[in-house]
Amino acid sequence: MIDYQPVILPNIPDLHKIDVYEQHGGYAQIRKALGMKPTDVIDIVKASGLRGRGGAAFPTGLKWSFMPQQGDKPSYLCVNGDESEPGSFKDRQIFEFNPHLMIEGILIAGYALRIKAAYIYIRGEYETWVRMVEKAVADAYAKGYAGERMKETFGTDYSVEIYVHRGAGAYICGEESSLMNSIEGKRPYPRVKPPFPAQVGLWDCPTTINNVETIANVPVILEKGADWFKSIGAEKHPGPILYGISGHVNKPGVYELPTGMLLTELIFDVAGGVPGGKKIKMVIPGGSSMPPLRGDALEGIRMDADSLKAAGSAIGTAGIMVMDEDTDLTRILTRITHFYKVESCGQCTPCREGTGWMLKVLNRMLAGEGESKDLDLLHSVAGNIEGNTVCALGDAAAWPVKFAIERFRDEFEAELRQELPRTIVPTVT
Amino acid sequence: MFTEEELQKVQEIRSHYPTNLAAVMGVLHMYQDKAGIVDEKGVAYVAKLIDVPEEHVLGVATFYEMYHQHPTGKYKLQVCTNVSCMLCNSDMVLKTIKDRIGIGIGEMTDDGLFSVHEVECLGSCGTAPVLSLNKQYHENLTPEKINELIDTMKAKG
Repeated sequence: MIDYQPVILPNIPDLHKIDVYEQHGGYAQIRKALGMKPTDVIDIVKASGLRGRGGAAFPTGLKWSFMPQQGDKPSYLCVNGDESEPGSFKDRQIFEFNPHLMIEGILIAGYALRIKAAYIYIRGEYETWVRMVEKAVADAYAKGYAGERMKETFGTDYSVEIYVHRGAGAYICGEESSLMNSIEGKRPYPRVKPPFPAQVGLWDCPTTINNVETIANVPVILEKGADWFKSIGAEKHPGPILYGISGHVNKPGVYELPTGMLLTELIFDVAGGVPGGKKIKMVIPGGSSMPPLRGDALEGIRMDADSLKAAGSAIGTAGIMVMDEDTDLTRILTRITHFYKVESCGQCTPCREGTGWMLKVLNRMLAGEGESKDLDLLHSVAGNIEGNTVCALGDAAAWPVKFAIERFRDEFEAELRQELPRTIVPTVT
Repeated sequence: MFTEEELQKVQEIRSHYPTNLAAVMGVLHMYQDKAGIVDEKGVAYVAKLIDVPEEHVLGVATFYEMYHQHPTGKYKLQVCTNVSCMLCNSDMVLKTIKDRIGIGIGEMTDDGLFSVHEVECLGSCGTAPVLSLNKQYHENLTPEKINELIDTMKAKG
């Protein structure tokens, strides 16, 4: 097994408590950052090679460099903890076990980007975790690490306010421009880009949106250095990453390991393999939006942006869903499509109508009334959604359908001929 | 409707943002926690409280899944049936509930005690199958756990 010591979710009891966090070197990195120029902080993050952990794997330092270093308008930071992508359950671990690491990351990012206020956006269903984060933020304020009192604590001119904004059940709010509209109290329809958030964001002011895990990596980079960070995992997509492994595996859970691990190593060694020693039919490597991979073609695929791209998928949120050989793919694809139909915000016609049409066809197949040509119809509808919408939800709805049909046509044909059982064999009884 | 203490909480929420409008979600959450529903009356109340147009509040309230426009059971059994839960037998969760209290997705018991809702991924994929009872997650569900949970709620009434 790989030799790696977790830094985002280290095994330290009670680390969520501010005193324990301080005893383990907490809030020393913001002090260090305040001794540097803001642009130097951005340069360190750039040099580390950190890429966003929320889905798109965009280079964080580059994103930060789009923010104006001066200007009349206030700048904002949004920390995206909407975590609604099916198969993703990692940010919740940070909220629960190491919230101060995220808060310290906010302070450092805040200083680097001249942020006036930061909003931690947490999905509404996570109310238990909203309370945990609110407590951690209140503790940081009480100790003078956030708000006006920062000036006194750190002897500096800089201060930032941190607020928790609770969502109310809408997957679309994980899309960055939708998230901003949600914070503004509008119906959260995604915005047309350009203009990009770094120019016209929250309340038309410069704004950066970073995922919770991305922000939590920032104090670690300052503590251990950009070279250390770059030395972990995949060369072009380095650092620690939280893999969420679920579905048909013996030991599901969130595992902090270097990027670039072999998918097979994660499934068989880390997550204990498939119950009953069954074969794998399908793996979705990064949350339900990402193109599914065939279980008989997993050899050599590594969990980093470039390796997965070469394999015809993407890293997404690194939420790996494993399906064994008895899984009913029509049912899985119907459930995934149902999700996107429910969560489509309705702003763009191809997505609003297309998801509904795909669901109708899939339901027909599920009822045993499908034909081979339905697969072509599905593929065609998916192709007409992809690339024709304001935000990426359209692509997210189209990809699972398009790639499942391209890669598993034999399976679907067999299901249509009713040669395969119509149920998912459960692993948990 | 809101007490003095709650009105102060509204002021605090308002102070987090540069506009009144941005306070709408937080105040709608407060209203629903208290009334159990965000109906027309609730929309009007919240709109007046934070001084924004009613149609704006309605637009927000009707967009999100978690603001309920229609009555729900006192105990909301919100069952995730998305991929990871489905793979770990969320069918069993729905069947156990149906066998025990006789209702399925979108239904409510005659006494108004329970309602069953199908929800999207709750972010508990590693501890599937999962349901959220009102605000509390219950993970790694088994028929025994579900029956126990329902018994506890029934005893509480």
